[in-house]
Amino acid sequence: MPKMNMVQALNLALDQEMSADDSVVVIGEDVGVDGGVFRVTDGLYDKYGEERVIDTPLAESTIYGSAIGMALAGLRPVAEMQFSGFAYFMLAQLESHASRFRSRTQGLWTVPLVVRMPYGGAVRALEHHSESREATFAHFPGVKVVIPSSPRNARALLTASIRDPDPVVFMEPKRSYRAFREEVPEAEETLEIGTAQVVQEGGDLTVVAWGAMIRPTLQAVVQVQEKRGVSIELIDLLTIAPMDGNRIVRSVEKTGRCVIVQEAPRSFGVASEIIARLNDKALLSLEAPVKRVTNYDVVTPYFGRELMYIPDVERISGAIEETLDF
Amino acid sequence: MPLQEIDNFSISYLQILDEHGNLDDELEPQLSDDELVRVYRSMVLAREADKRMLMLQRQGRIGTFAPCTGQEAAVCGPTLAMTKKDWFVCSFREMPGRLMRGETLLQVFLFYNGYEEGNTMPPSSRTLPIAIPVSSQIPHAVGIAYAMKYRGEKDSAAVVFFGDGGTSQGDFHEALNFASLWQAPVVFICQNNHWAISIPRNKQSRSKTLAQKAIAYDMPGIQVDGNDVLAMYKATREALDRAHAGDGPTLIEAVTYRLSMHTTADDPKKYRPEEEVQEWWKRDPVPRFRLYLERKNIWNAALQEDMETEIKSEVDAAVKEFEQITDFKPDAPFDYIFGSEHAEIEEQRAEFLAASEARLLNKEAADA
Repeated sequence: MPKMNMVQALNLALDQEMSADDSVVVIGEDVGVDGGVFRVTDGLYDKYGEERVIDTPLAESTIYGSAIGMALAGLRPVAEMQFSGFAYFMLAQLESHASRFRSRTQGLWTVPLVVRMPYGGAVRALEHHSESREATFAHFPGVKVVIPSSPRNARALLTASIRDPDPVVFMEPKRSYRAFREEVPEAEETLEIGTAQVVQEGGDLTVVAWGAMIRPTLQAVVQVQEKRGVSIELIDLLTIAPMDGNRIVRSVEKTGRCVIVQEAPRSFGVASEIIARLNDKALLSLEAPVKRVTNYDVVTPYFGRELMYIPDVERISGAIEETLDF
Repeated sequence: MPLQEIDNFSISYLQILDEHGNLDDELEPQLSDDELVRVYRSMVLAREADKRMLMLQRQGRIGTFAPCTGQEAAVCGPTLAMTKKDWFVCSFREMPGRLMRGETLLQVFLFYNGYEEGNTMPPSSRTLPIAIPVSSQIPHAVGIAYAMKYRGEKDSAAVVFFGDGGTSQGDFHEALNFASLWQAPVVFICQNNHWAISIPRNKQSRSKTLAQKAIAYDMPGIQVDGNDVLAMYKATREALDRAHAGDGPTLIEAVTYRLSMHTTADDPKKYRPEEEVQEWWKRDPVPRFRLYLERKNIWNAALQEDMETEIKSEVDAAVKEFEQITDFKPDAPFDYIFGSEHAEIEEQRAEFLAASEARLLNKEAADA
């Protein structure tokens, strides 16, 4: 199997789906000739032409809104927001229409539409290029929110998203784009949307993380395991909405302890939702309060300070140890 | 160096049948008697449905709706020009056109009584459900048109309706820009009914016409008497011909008037002078078109009477049918959230059903 970084893996998914199905089109700013500012759509324009790899004017609402129309008319568009920080222009179209067509028409009309967007910090970028706002999208019923964490699962999840019959917000942790390589099979591979993955099994504590937080979390887990001789279960959420809450509940019923690692600000986020599920279904299994390692409820600082705010190995391992010691 | 004029622009106004019934023979479209009667009937049916719905709303038998009285020609003319292969993308005041596209009064009543069951025009009808957020539907039409072009469906275009207020939205401008760049087969139809709830046309834009907004996007723009169904038909037909020929989009400004309220939730007397409304009643599109049909000897008082009786009983029957439907599946919203089941949503459905059951038992206990 060839080793790929996440950008190459995403490109492979797009290439294979476009090759297999001529209803798949790519639409966005700079996705064509330039191949995307992060090169995710590199080479697709030359291979599939300007009709299928559509360089648009700079207008996020109509990039997404026209893609809704394409989806209603039978295409399977994959739209790109250049950065998640500029996706707020398309929120009205997502909330008002993409998320609602199935319900509005009792299943007659559907919007099979993927919007990809790089998100997250730690890449020394300008303002609006570093946020982690998955909870915003996840709050709309009818929308699936998917966040891969590695090249291999990114490829499999993007393929599944393109084939999915519903609108998917596919958030790509840009910090992980080129951070590491992984073997990615040439043959097609999908992962089920709505299902979390157990990265490693363990009996003493459960850690839940997603996106770019998986790598520092895994490092922290390994550190604490070696130091304390414990075994820790790590769950990669992969799909934010609809959430695989029961997978987390089952794990915590076994371990009795849980730490959640979230790059986003603390309040009203995915971690809060996980805690709510544990409260509903696993409260009596808990031997310690559930701990959240998150960013703070501040406007995302400029990159001069951002690393002090994003959860890192030290904060995560500290939280794990505190929860083990409770 | 002296300034050079590098381009200049003008906007035309189209009217074929004026408010006094005068006809421009040269511009008169060649429509069959059947087509003329069909479009007239649609206008009268919509007017009657509006009246009945207003009554039903006041009696609490349906919810809020947006009457289309006064705008029948501006919607029916374009719809007559379309074929089943064209896509009808509407806002929320185009009931006359929706009925022409095959929607039933039963569906209309269900929709306005708060049930998704009213939105049952399937994708094969190429008639999208009502879109409520102003102008949010315009980009959809452009995407649909792109798909038609991509698929090589040369006889298919998208016709999208929106209001004068809608031209202030970003989505309107973005969508016209995309359609122009893509030379997408779209006909943009602005229903300039002069009022966006309480904001008059002249507070919406300083532009002399709304049609001129086409100029910025390098597409044909025309202002049309929106109360003249023949002119609306002709302008749309020509725009559709261009779209089908691969010559791109057109913007049509239909100058019309909302004779009734924005929705049943507001009182227009609060914000607009009654004299203005009375002036526009003189330009009512329905009697004007009837006069045209009578002068062509394809209509008369007897036919009118028969049709009115028929329409009245059609509306009566639909009201009766809609009020007999009471078995709406309470948990239907859980069926249509995603294409496949999800465990947590099914858990919430079970919780919802248990709460409904408990409510029922409590009520039975209280009644007993």
